Amino acid sequence: MIQLNANHLLYLLEAARWTLLLSVIAFVGGAILGLPLALMRVSASRLLRGLASGYIQLIQGTPLLIVLFLSYFGLGIMGYKLVPLVAAGLSLTFYAAAFLGEIWRGCIEAVPRTQQEAADCLGLNRFQQYAWVILPQAVRIAIPPTVGFMVQIVKNTSLASVIGFVELARAGQIVNNSTFEPFAIFTAVAIIYFAICYPLSLAARTLERRAHAGR
Amino acid sequence: MPGAETVVSIQDLVKEFGPLRVLDGVGLEVRRGQTVAIVGRSGSGKSTLLRCIAGLETVQGGRITVCGHEVGTPGSAARAQLRRDVGMVFQSYNLFPHLTVERNITLALTLVKKQPKAEARQRAAEVLAMVGLTDKIAAYPEQLSGGQQQRVAIARSLALQPQVMLFDEVTSALDPELTAEVLGVMENLAQRGMTMISVTHEMGFARRVADLVVFMHKGKVWESGPTAEVFANPRTAEFRQFVGSEL
Repeated sequence: MIQLNANHLLYLLEAARWTLLLSVIAFVGGAILGLPLALMRVSASRLLRGLASGYIQLIQGTPLLIVLFLSYFGLGIMGYKLVPLVAAGLSLTFYAAAFLGEIWRGCIEAVPRTQQEAADCLGLNRFQQYAWVILPQAVRIAIPPTVGFMVQIVKNTSLASVIGFVELARAGQIVNNSTFEPFAIFTAVAIIYFAICYPLSLAARTLERRAHAGR
Repeated sequence: MPGAETVVSIQDLVKEFGPLRVLDGVGLEVRRGQTVAIVGRSGSGKSTLLRCIAGLETVQGGRITVCGHEVGTPGSAARAQLRRDVGMVFQSYNLFPHLTVERNITLALTLVKKQPKAEARQRAAEVLAMVGLTDKIAAYPEQLSGGQQQRVAIARSLALQPQVMLFDEVTSALDPELTAEVLGVMENLAQRGMTMISVTHEMGFARRVADLVVFMHKGKVWESGPTAEVFANPRTAEFRQFVGSEL
């Protein structure tokens, strides 16, 4: 049996970089898809509203694990063999987009309707109403819940281990396979996750308090 | 001012919210330079009428024309014209909280009227002087009192040089002192010849400033006429009772 040593910890920390990368991909991808989704949800067009709402329901009603299986094993069998990073990045992007789209829709709707009416009466067209009046106010409302959701993304990247992507959780399993000290190893893994997530939670709470104080 | 051109013309206007008929065949003519006070109990449809003129509501029947253009549906070319002709001031001010007073005013000037920034800022300074708030140009709305916010809202509308200004219970959220300062600004505007339609609970203001009083009841124009005349000789029992209830 191999003793748990500094090299193992180093290995875990290196794997944590992949966790961070995957989180960033999921967040950036999710944001790029999520904003149009949020705007579609508040659109005047019933078709756009329906499409966005259908997508969000579908993703929110499906386990992320199954989405990962589909994009890795499912697409693989159909001939589209994705490397684990791409499969995991795509799955997490789709997942984050659905949730961010829904969070941001709420933030847009939290801006009083009268703001849009006032902008309308001043002659701003719909695009200008959103760009200059509604979205700048919605962004302030959105920052705390968005940062809070980033914590969920970080934790959910651990699911990518099931398709063989070596991020922090998978690295923990690998080390455990050679050392058989699950308690020590997974405690170390948990501490690293916590070290990433706790500052985010803290930031979300601070931002929320500031947002309330500002009103 | 008889003989002046008609600025706002409304015929047989019908507005329904689901099964509820809020406006039931309203007609109204407003001439250039007139100040019209729309009065009536809550739920009589007076605010809805104003929102219809502003193009904020889709109507179920009738016609509204402003400066000869029909009030169109949202997004239409007619709507763009309407926005140039009509200014609207709301009970809740509706200033943009994330922008300074100056930017609140210049936003539409630069975006809609495509004015250069310097010209827009000069215009902002002019209209702020008209409402007596020159020193608040760099403030944010939350740093102002309700009366000051409402005066900025009036200035913001004025900056666009509308043909007619609509006021929707603009003093209802203010205490008497702040009400007086806002009404002062409006009186000033009326004297300068601005065409104004004002939904109001301020009967003193209506008596003093309005040329025409329109009493609404059950979604109809129940009684209307020159201010002195209607207050001296109310023709309908409902208006008599309404006037009698003010102390």
